[in-house]
Amino acid sequence: MTAYLKLDHIDKTFTRGNATTEVLKEINLTIEKGEYVSIIGHSGCGKSTLLNIIAGLTTATTGGVLLENREVNSPGPDRAVVFQNHSLLPWLTVYENVKLGVDKVFSKTKTKAERDAWVMHNLNLVQMAHAKDKRPSEISGGMKQRVGIARALAMEPKVLLLDEPFGALDALTRAHLQDSVMALHQKLGNTILMITHDVDEAVLLSDRIVMMTNGPSARIGEVLDVPLARPRKRLELASNATYLKCRQRVLEFLYERHRFVEAA
Amino acid sequence: MNMPVKKMEAETIAPSAGPAAAAVVAMTPKRPPRSEAYARMAKETAVRVIPPLVVIVLLTLIWELVCRRAGSTLPPPSKVFNDTRELIFHPFFDNGGIDKGLFWHLSASLQRVAYGYSIAAIVGIALGTLVGQSVWAMRGLDPLFQVLRTIPPLAWLPLSLAAFRDGQPSAIFVIFITSVWPIIINTAVGIRNIPQDYRNVAAVVQLNPLEFFSKIMIPAAAPYIFTGLRIGIGLSWLAIVAAEMLIGGVGIGFFIWDAWNSSHISEIILALFYVGIIGFVLDRLIAALGKFVTHGTAQS
Repeated sequence: MTAYLKLDHIDKTFTRGNATTEVLKEINLTIEKGEYVSIIGHSGCGKSTLLNIIAGLTTATTGGVLLENREVNSPGPDRAVVFQNHSLLPWLTVYENVKLGVDKVFSKTKTKAERDAWVMHNLNLVQMAHAKDKRPSEISGGMKQRVGIARALAMEPKVLLLDEPFGALDALTRAHLQDSVMALHQKLGNTILMITHDVDEAVLLSDRIVMMTNGPSARIGEVLDVPLARPRKRLELASNATYLKCRQRVLEFLYERHRFVEAA
Repeated sequence: MNMPVKKMEAETIAPSAGPAAAAVVAMTPKRPPRSEAYARMAKETAVRVIPPLVVIVLLTLIWELVCRRAGSTLPPPSKVFNDTRELIFHPFFDNGGIDKGLFWHLSASLQRVAYGYSIAAIVGIALGTLVGQSVWAMRGLDPLFQVLRTIPPLAWLPLSLAAFRDGQPSAIFVIFITSVWPIIINTAVGIRNIPQDYRNVAAVVQLNPLEFFSKIMIPAAAPYIFTGLRIGIGLSWLAIVAAEMLIGGVGIGFFIWDAWNSSHISEIILALFYVGIIGFVLDRLIAALGKFVTHGTAQS
């Protein structure tokens, strides 16, 4: 197994005044190129903090993140993030939102016309080219998230980080968008790390599922391989024995061994 | 939204109560009922225009009645109009010195406001950004701002006269110092309220500080900035009249003071009318500009 992205002994403690909270403890994980890995856990277990550390938006207290054997500790387009609430800039059009990243990343390597074509190419990938002149307020939640994905893809990231990308969508839109992401992964072969709290989503999309124990001091409890052939079909998998077994394993982990103790 | 309004209208027609309601009814049938939208537009305009017109007519009438009696200290509107006919219809005359038409006085005042306010806008947005962005700048500067902003505009005038030794820059300084505070404070609040998400996006895309300022901060804080700018323009127009009364020269403020010294009360009233209208127009201009610039900024 070749380490493409490596999380090396990551600890994270938050200090406020005299109180210190240990959020993450001893997180070790290696991800191969082209792999689709999901991190699942109850809310508050620090999975978003972990994603922020990988993205460079937060720094780890100890340990570090290695991408292609080089340490990364500040944010950059090589680890583009699709944020949970899309985070499109409301004063820019769909096209301009995607172009913002493209202009920065390819300012030296692509001409203006090439950059324009690249923006449109990525909008086409997520089937949003028709809305290029609309503002985020004029399109639906699912469409916004598509544009968010296009913005991240257009930066040609080495690792695509998805922070509960479908969390704010209704069930039907979510399924549709999951299929789109699967198709994109199939087509482009990106390395993807996704945060989720949806068991079906994790099993359907991932090659491996990383299960986190409850915080504080959350650790990686178990890593599950999902040996399902791609392309995967939602309907066929519903009765697939391997799929159900994987689903069962994750459910057991989350609801029996690591129940959400905090009275939410 | 339209249905209840129509219903209301229909109900008010029957009893035909009040002059306003009666006027509304009179307006609509005049229009040929070709299209529904046309009639509705006329109705909406009437609803907005007629009440203030009625109030103005009534107030003018009361004013006329009260001030027409013998021994009244203030002139009635008819006398104001007769006295200032010359000024109203010939705003562009220029007999040298300060004997000029009202247009020249107003434009001199507007020019001072334009200078002072422009400086205030630039300095205000810059300082506001600093205070909004840096916790230490805020801790250091905010108490100072909170104290300084309570100083009345005119209190600055003697000091600025002492510093600049000239009326013109002193007046501009007073405008600046009056209007800069709301711009600073509102900009700072706007910058502080930029969602973390936008900062994260900027970090991932790796915008440099200048790009972050122009592409994220200013658009994101624009609604707040324009609130500050709008308060600022109102304050600077308030301050200019008072400042000009003291520094003299051409300008609407000194025009009023000069009219008072010459006991031309009618001219004062006319000048006040113009000051009010221009203040209103300035406010609306900034509001319209803000609406245009921040179009689409509102979060979905």
